[in-house]
Amino acid sequence: MNNLWDDSLSGFWSAWIIVLTLGSIAFAFWILYANRKTDKVPDADGNVETTGHAADEIEEYDNPLPRWWFQLYVATIVFSLGYLLLYPGLGNFTGLLGWTQEGQWEEEVARAEERFTPIFAQYQEIPIPELARDEEAMLVADRIYQNNCAVCHGANAQGGYGFPNLTNDDWLYGGEPEQIMTSLVRGRNGLMPSFQTLGANNIENVTQYVLSLSDLEHEADRAEQGAAVYASVCAACHMPDGSGNQALGAPNLTNDIWLYQMPGQSVADSVRQTLRNGRNGHMPAQEAYIGAERVHLVAAYVYSLRFRD
Amino acid sequence: MSDKIPARDVTPDPVGHHEPRAVVQQEMYASRRHIYVREIKGFFQRLRRCANWLLMLAFFVTPWIQWDGRPLIWFDLPGREFHIFAATFYPQEFILLSWLLIICAFGLFFITVFAGRVWCGYTCPQSVWTFLYIWVEHRLEGSRNRRIKLDRQPMNLDKAWRKTAKHIIWLAIALATGVTFVGYFTPIRELVVELPTLQAHGWAYFWSGFFLVFTYLNAGWLREQVCIYMCPYARFQGVMFDADTLIVSYDEARGEPRGSRKKSLSHQQAREAGYGDCIDCDLCVQVCPTGIDIRDGLQYECITCAACIDACDSVMDRMNYPRGLIRYTTENALEGKPTHILRPRLMGYLVALLVMIGLFVWALSDRMPLDFEVERERGQLYQMTRDGRISNVFSLTLRNQDREDHEFRLEVSGLPGLEIDPDTLRVPAGASRRFAVQVTADAEVLELPSHPIQLNVQSQQNERIALERDTRFIGEARR
Repeated sequence: MNNLWDDSLSGFWSAWIIVLTLGSIAFAFWILYANRKTDKVPDADGNVETTGHAADEIEEYDNPLPRWWFQLYVATIVFSLGYLLLYPGLGNFTGLLGWTQEGQWEEEVARAEERFTPIFAQYQEIPIPELARDEEAMLVADRIYQNNCAVCHGANAQGGYGFPNLTNDDWLYGGEPEQIMTSLVRGRNGLMPSFQTLGANNIENVTQYVLSLSDLEHEADRAEQGAAVYASVCAACHMPDGSGNQALGAPNLTNDIWLYQMPGQSVADSVRQTLRNGRNGHMPAQEAYIGAERVHLVAAYVYSLRFRD
Repeated sequence: MSDKIPARDVTPDPVGHHEPRAVVQQEMYASRRHIYVREIKGFFQRLRRCANWLLMLAFFVTPWIQWDGRPLIWFDLPGREFHIFAATFYPQEFILLSWLLIICAFGLFFITVFAGRVWCGYTCPQSVWTFLYIWVEHRLEGSRNRRIKLDRQPMNLDKAWRKTAKHIIWLAIALATGVTFVGYFTPIRELVVELPTLQAHGWAYFWSGFFLVFTYLNAGWLREQVCIYMCPYARFQGVMFDADTLIVSYDEARGEPRGSRKKSLSHQQAREAGYGDCIDCDLCVQVCPTGIDIRDGLQYECITCAACIDACDSVMDRMNYPRGLIRYTTENALEGKPTHILRPRLMGYLVALLVMIGLFVWALSDRMPLDFEVERERGQLYQMTRDGRISNVFSLTLRNQDREDHEFRLEVSGLPGLEIDPDTLRVPAGASRRFAVQVTADAEVLELPSHPIQLNVQSQQNERIALERDTRFIGEARR
């Protein structure tokens, strides 16, 4: 078995377990036989052997075990030996049946696949915009989302610091079914390079210009100086008017949505930090983890968020 | 004499005295002697038969009755739903089952203190089915004497068909029992179609077969051995007995010395001739389903079925003696002492029983057909909205355990100006739904990094269905 962890024991400990286990069984068997009585004939005086225990003048006979009891005891020993032969239990011996926990898990996964594959296959036939309105399918998709996506994008899909909000209509890479599918299947890598080289003054000027793009409070003359730098350095990705570019994943700078704004942080600080240090947003490709059918469902789920009241 | 394990006197001999005791080969494990129970009529047997019929009827008919389109009682194990009359219970409410079992236990203790082992004689399924099987046996093989004779005969045609017919009917009853039992777990109307057409689930066959085999073995073959050797109740009911407990008892003072006599002797004359009232007819032994002789005194084998009372009363009537030589009485009454029925021990059990019933009824009426769980969002503690407010996300799980769909109104309290979105949650009947809800607060009201808040759901359909959960709102402390 290809294990990440090699859980086999070294020869000595394996033997130690085998000796202990079989020794205990042999000991139990010996106790049973050593104390076995077969007859209970009274002696010449007619007295039957007693254990010597007495309570309230009632003495206890020293009788053999009832035969069925004795046989049951023997049967448990036979059972345990049979069990140890079939299942792992004796050190590194894996048992004749070759049973493992991992094998059992794989079996269960296979059973689940068998059960759910037709359901997912059925959903995969349905185009995303239609699937997104199927209540049943979205209940299933919600589970997949919660298990795989919620850790970054949040239980309510509203994102967080560095993780895009999926419930509004501002899309880094586009919110149409094909674009969502691409994000899920291939993943995304959003790279904003560091512009430390522009120098502190230019960074401040560009920051003021970016604030002006979304009508935030800014220093007008600095913004004016920043516009020139923006046009030569930033416009290539964020477009001359700051509306962003979904082909590159360059965010729109003219609205009030700021992916990298920490709670309590001002927009200006956030933009400054972005310009100085750059940003690197990474959306992992999901298909390899959850398979094409589930990706299709999750895409429909993300698409469905726009219908939420 | 019954053939219990014979008692042996093991009193130590007086010092220096060595007289050998009689040599008795001790047989430690008495093999079973078949008990041929004589059928007897009488008041208590009518009472018992009535109880048996009622219980049988309840058992066999209940699964067939429909309520709201589903069986009246249906333990739907795969669906994890338990439909009992109009209510549906879920595994989360298993505490109710423990209340119920406690009530049953106290009920049993109470009745045992009051009237001994009457549960066994009149209502225990083991007795009920055994009596039914004996009834069948009697119809096919004849009375007690004929049955004994029949069993001693070598096999012949008459014996063969009677025995065969008996076992077939026994097995038929066992089959009906097994199928009915499974019918409590899977709707019986479908089950009786699926079973013979080999469409039922494998477990349905297994459990029908299991209960078929064990009904047949228990009621047909093991009978009183279950009561004597296997039933744990027989072992501990003794601790609940006291001198005021009603027991089936032979009035030794009146009956002894026993002996047969001419029937012409009147009661008075028999007394004068030195006879007690017991004519030693042995009928009380012949009718006993556990094969004991009640005249040996109270024995743990006695299941208080009162067959011996009816037998003795019928004999007393024939002899023109007063009834009640064997009767329900107490140890104190037998000794001529006053009997206290309402004694502290009985009242204690009664109070415990009533308290338990009260608690159960309260728990049942207070039962909320709703489960509501609140979890904080795991990804992040809090977020800031675009307009500068602080938001927390909670994962709510609502399980609607009612039989109708509910729309719940969600409210939040604990801080001024809290808002919640969404504020209505729809959960269909019997379903469990998870919702991500966002609670927002103005940053100014947050004086601490963490404030206790309450989330409250209230059904729009039934105002009684409402639950509140405590959780915390996390934000930045106001600087």
